[in-house]
Amino acid sequence: MKKTILIAASVVSIALTAAISPQTAEEKKGLEISKKAEAADNGWGNTSQTLTMILKNKNGQTTTRKTHGFSLEVIGDGDKSMTVFDTPKDVQGTASMTYTHKVGDDDQWLYLPALKRVKRISSSNKSGPFMGSEFAFEDLSSQEVEKYTHKYISTVKLAGVVVYKLERVPVSATSGYKKITVYINKENLRPERIIFYDRKAAKLKTLVYSGYKKYAGKFWRADQMKMVNHQNGKETILKFEGYKFNDPTITEESFTQNSLKRAK
Amino acid sequence: MLKVKFVILIIMLLGYSSVMISQEIEEEIFEEEILDEDVISEEIEGEQQEKVKVKKLTSELSGNIRGDYRYYPDEGLYIGQQQEYVSAVFNPEIYLEWANGKQRIQFKGFGRLNQYDNKQTHVDLREFYYQRVLKKWEISIGVKQIYWGFTESNHLVNVINQDDVLEGNDIENKLGQPMGHISVSQKWGTVDFMVMPYFRKVQFPGIRGRGRPPFLLDEDNIWFESENEEYNPDLAIRWFHNIKSVDIGLSHFYGTSRVPFFDVSLEGDFTLMHELINQTGLEFQATTGAMLWKLEAINRVSERKTIKAFTVGAEYTFSNVFKTDLGFLLEYNYDDRGAELINGLNDDVFMGMRIGFNDKQSTDFLGGINVDAETGTMTYFAEANRRLGDSWKLSFKMFGLNTDTETEFFYLIRKDGFVEASLSKYF
Repeated sequence: MKKTILIAASVVSIALTAAISPQTAEEKKGLEISKKAEAADNGWGNTSQTLTMILKNKNGQTTTRKTHGFSLEVIGDGDKSMTVFDTPKDVQGTASMTYTHKVGDDDQWLYLPALKRVKRISSSNKSGPFMGSEFAFEDLSSQEVEKYTHKYISTVKLAGVVVYKLERVPVSATSGYKKITVYINKENLRPERIIFYDRKAAKLKTLVYSGYKKYAGKFWRADQMKMVNHQNGKETILKFEGYKFNDPTITEESFTQNSLKRAK
Repeated sequence: MLKVKFVILIIMLLGYSSVMISQEIEEEIFEEEILDEDVISEEIEGEQQEKVKVKKLTSELSGNIRGDYRYYPDEGLYIGQQQEYVSAVFNPEIYLEWANGKQRIQFKGFGRLNQYDNKQTHVDLREFYYQRVLKKWEISIGVKQIYWGFTESNHLVNVINQDDVLEGNDIENKLGQPMGHISVSQKWGTVDFMVMPYFRKVQFPGIRGRGRPPFLLDEDNIWFESENEEYNPDLAIRWFHNIKSVDIGLSHFYGTSRVPFFDVSLEGDFTLMHELINQTGLEFQATTGAMLWKLEAINRVSERKTIKAFTVGAEYTFSNVFKTDLGFLLEYNYDDRGAELINGLNDDVFMGMRIGFNDKQSTDFLGGINVDAETGTMTYFAEANRRLGDSWKLSFKMFGLNTDTETEFFYLIRKDGFVEASLSKYF
């Protein structure tokens, strides 16, 4: 009996190891590229920026939303971030604070200024649309390597740029995606494009990064992210402006419950 | 045999290469698709922000103005009461900050103009305070709104601000509370300390208003246990912390109870009784995936009696069901005060549903029903909101109740269920 349990346990542990650690050469290479890409962006410290979101429906009618926010790099865990809504006017001052974690669910709170109330957002709510856009919450949260399994597919040329094509499978069961295909610039390791596949493995959305600029001598940030939904014909454009790095006033203290209530 | 294997190998190779070709083609089509938005790269040197400029004074005026139309399907029980009420509501907000947000002044006013009830026509200073922010410290002086707690059907721990009863039995509307408030954020949590030098009296609807008992409640007919009356210096302290998926708070309040109880004289005159209390409160919330577990409990000691009360419950959200978030709430309320409670939440089960449509117009719905396990008294409500364009909002609200228990406060307002439509303009 004891032996059976032991065998069962070792089978389980082997199965788990197989699931977690990369086995094939493609998986090893995929993980390696993802880690290199993450490392290339290490040390950004903190950033602040404003964001204009343009929602476009099938008929080309547009609606604009504005937010501003800042984030802090956390060594050894996921990043912390704060987003404050500026428009539409009825949600002005509503703020959301996220502690991303490399492993396990993120912590997220929402501050509602009309009620003076901080509400916890259940962490499994990541696949839902962000402010009625084509971006899901999980598309906008900090993309930690640990949140996916990685597989190298090929090296291809995309719009004249040599890119690594990787396939990532979300670790979380509550993700809205079966898999995503990521195109990473071979030269500077920044993401150029992501294709999202829904839970039924049907092509759902394509995200294109453009207008890359280098900040603080090292860090690439896209001015624009365009998400096209292939299933409903809608699209959302995110325009980032006023990127600032290394603001000494952005510290751990900028991400407390009090900071969330003070966010303006 | 060998030949067959060879043929299979050829077929496989052909199949493989055709897959490769189709993939190449796919990539090619892909490339064509994006030719018009070639990836532009630009290097910007010397953009590094080393110094942060001290910002000068920035000011912001915002707020909203709203029109309410409320209809009571039942005729009022008492003389003077109407069935249709039209109101205008004004919520102006001014925010000033300087020294990079380290110093700030926040103003939030409130005003309602009611068609019939001149008591419900009222103004209030919801917030008006100066705040100084230091690295870990926050010091404020003025009129503030403080919210504590997690549960939805009852806010037992939330004792700082007086209810704005003129805004209905909706427990979310509070009168501004004057205070000095110090808050400090540490690794082990946030500690708040407040001194409140002035007590805000409850205001009740007038003779032409609905939602009132047959007699007129007069806020001058009031008894304070404190010899300083409404000038008793009330004190409160609270520790609050987030430990991973757990939010926890422990608070203590000493001072004049915001919630009155009623004393009836032999002549039938009602007096609002405000005793001095020591109330300790516990707030707890744990998040496990899509489930939020909530608990609020209080121990409230006065010379007259010691009472215990709690609200316990859970909220489960089904996310992204056809882009919609569907939340279910279940809470249970217990309170030693029994029939003395105006809100009746002494032994009650609450069930609620929240729908967030996650659309461009932020359409949402919240509905709930509260049942007294002992008497069967039921109250229910629903509200829905939808943004129109960029700065308008349309809202619907309903409240209903069903009771035949004459000893409950709800019995006195049993005909006061209503429906309401509102249109707000934000600026």
